[in-house]
Amino acid sequence: MMSGIISLFIQYPFARYALIVGILIALCSSLLGVTLVLKRFSFIGDGLSHVAFGAIAIASVLNLTNQMLIVLPVTILCAILLLRTGQNTKIRGDASIAMISVGALAFGYLLLHLFPTSSNLSGDVCSTLFGSYSILTLTSQEVWICVILSVLVIAFFILFYNKIFSVTFDETFSQAVGVRAGWYNLMIAVVIAVIIVLAMNLVGSLLISALVIFPALSAMRIFKSFRKVTICSVVISVICALAGILISVAVSTPVGSTIVAVDVAVFGICCAAGALKK
Amino acid sequence: MSLITVKDLSLGYESKAIIEHLNFEINEGDYLCIVGENGSGKTTLMKTLLHLKAPLAGEILFSDGLNANEIGYLPQQTVVQKDFPASVKEIVLSGCQGRTGLRPFYTKKEKKLAMDNMKLLNILPLKECCYRELSGGQQQRVLLARALCATRKMLLLDEPVSGLDPGVTLQMYELIRELNSVKITIVMISHDISTAVKYASHIFHIGEEIFFGTTQEYMKSEVGQFFLQYDETASS
Ligand SMILES: Nc1ncnc2c1ncn2[C@@H]1O[C@H](COP(=O)(O)OP(=O)(O)O)[C@@H](O)[C@H]1O
Ligand SMILES: [Mg+2]
Repeated sequence: MMSGIISLFIQYPFARYALIVGILIALCSSLLGVTLVLKRFSFIGDGLSHVAFGAIAIASVLNLTNQMLIVLPVTILCAILLLRTGQNTKIRGDASIAMISVGALAFGYLLLHLFPTSSNLSGDVCSTLFGSYSILTLTSQEVWICVILSVLVIAFFILFYNKIFSVTFDETFSQAVGVRAGWYNLMIAVVIAVIIVLAMNLVGSLLISALVIFPALSAMRIFKSFRKVTICSVVISVICALAGILISVAVSTPVGSTIVAVDVAVFGICCAAGALKK
Repeated sequence: MSLITVKDLSLGYESKAIIEHLNFEINEGDYLCIVGENGSGKTTLMKTLLHLKAPLAGEILFSDGLNANEIGYLPQQTVVQKDFPASVKEIVLSGCQGRTGLRPFYTKKEKKLAMDNMKLLNILPLKECCYRELSGGQQQRVLLARALCATRKMLLLDEPVSGLDPGVTLQMYELIRELNSVKITIVMISHDISTAVKYASHIFHIGEEIFFGTTQEYMKSEVGQFFLQYDETASS
């Protein structure tokens, strides 16, 4: 059976695309995981994924061929908005995030219901939320967008690695020595939005946070320095995505939830390893 | 030579002033202690000096020899999240951020600077250790080494000894004295007046009455005598 799967990946371009895109997305989403967890931004990630769902609903009602065109700007805009309100003490950050995310979810479902684009509404919604087999049906244009965005995310992370560390560890100090912390926070929010839109292709909007957070949490169980944790979470994330995709093809389970299940399992192993180390 | 000149400064939050019409100078080599009760505005003053907060009125002038990013800062109780994975080396090195500008990576010189500062503060053997697993005193040394990477001119320390036990506190004070003796200007917040007068060259007392002057002047002044007496009775 294993050789069957391998030949499938060698023979068919769609399977190869899925693998390339899956690995890139897993890599990108794990890069900022540590920052997200430590800056208490993980709920922003969650909120944004719901916003992305709403945006997809709008895009499909408008019958756009390339949904990214609307989903990406809307999500980035909301990321900036959420970050701004998060700093405002009048509306609590988490309350406004809950408002926006639940609002977007309801609004999106309502739109899809009022202007159904296919006869199988619940199937469509389900696949947007949980990621269906869509990763196996990517067009080469979508693959290219994924590749370009991933390269941008990775380049951003490498170039600003030291700044990101400094701003995440101690914002006040970095501001005092002249790092423009506000600007970097904004950039981080934008990159998170990009990652979420990317990851939506792989695991669907409800499971994105898992893809972002689990590898980071797993790595933090074992390693104690920022660099090692970052590298380890990338490795974990890529391996889990790879394993998840292969397993899902082999036993025909949904791709997204299989990957997340593998992530959860690895988290369990890392917890145990961390406990043993002590 | 005056490093920082403060003219008619008012500070506070959202137009509610905490301290008004401040005038003072910090000169090269000074050891200034800012004392005062909790909530009297010491941290706010320090943040205003660092341009982390805009002043409500007045101005803060830096001398030509001092750039705003050449001040080392030790924040009051950096609340590092419980599970932050960061090694001592990574943290100390991040003190060089003020020097890098938009350059993405640290130079050899900056890495050496971080090493030298870790050596100076006796934390070199801990360089691969995880920050959150260190003792309170060790953590403060790490943050001090980080501040030293930002500057060799001026250190702003916000309650560097709070939460440390007496022995470690004494070590910390001696360390700061040594740094001052190699011409690093020190501005330190403390609410321990008796040690402040022992180490500092200048005292800034924030309270109902504001006092700024040399330590000798402070000990002769009414505010100073009142608080020193109070301090002695409290500790005896
Ligand atoms: N972010 C803030 N917004 C509004 N008021 C504040 C803020 N931070 C501190 N304050 C108020 O400013 C006053 C001075 O605080 P602070 O400078 O931290 O005092 P200290 O460091 O001397 O203990 C306090 O009364 C405090 O309530
Ligand atoms: Mg304070």
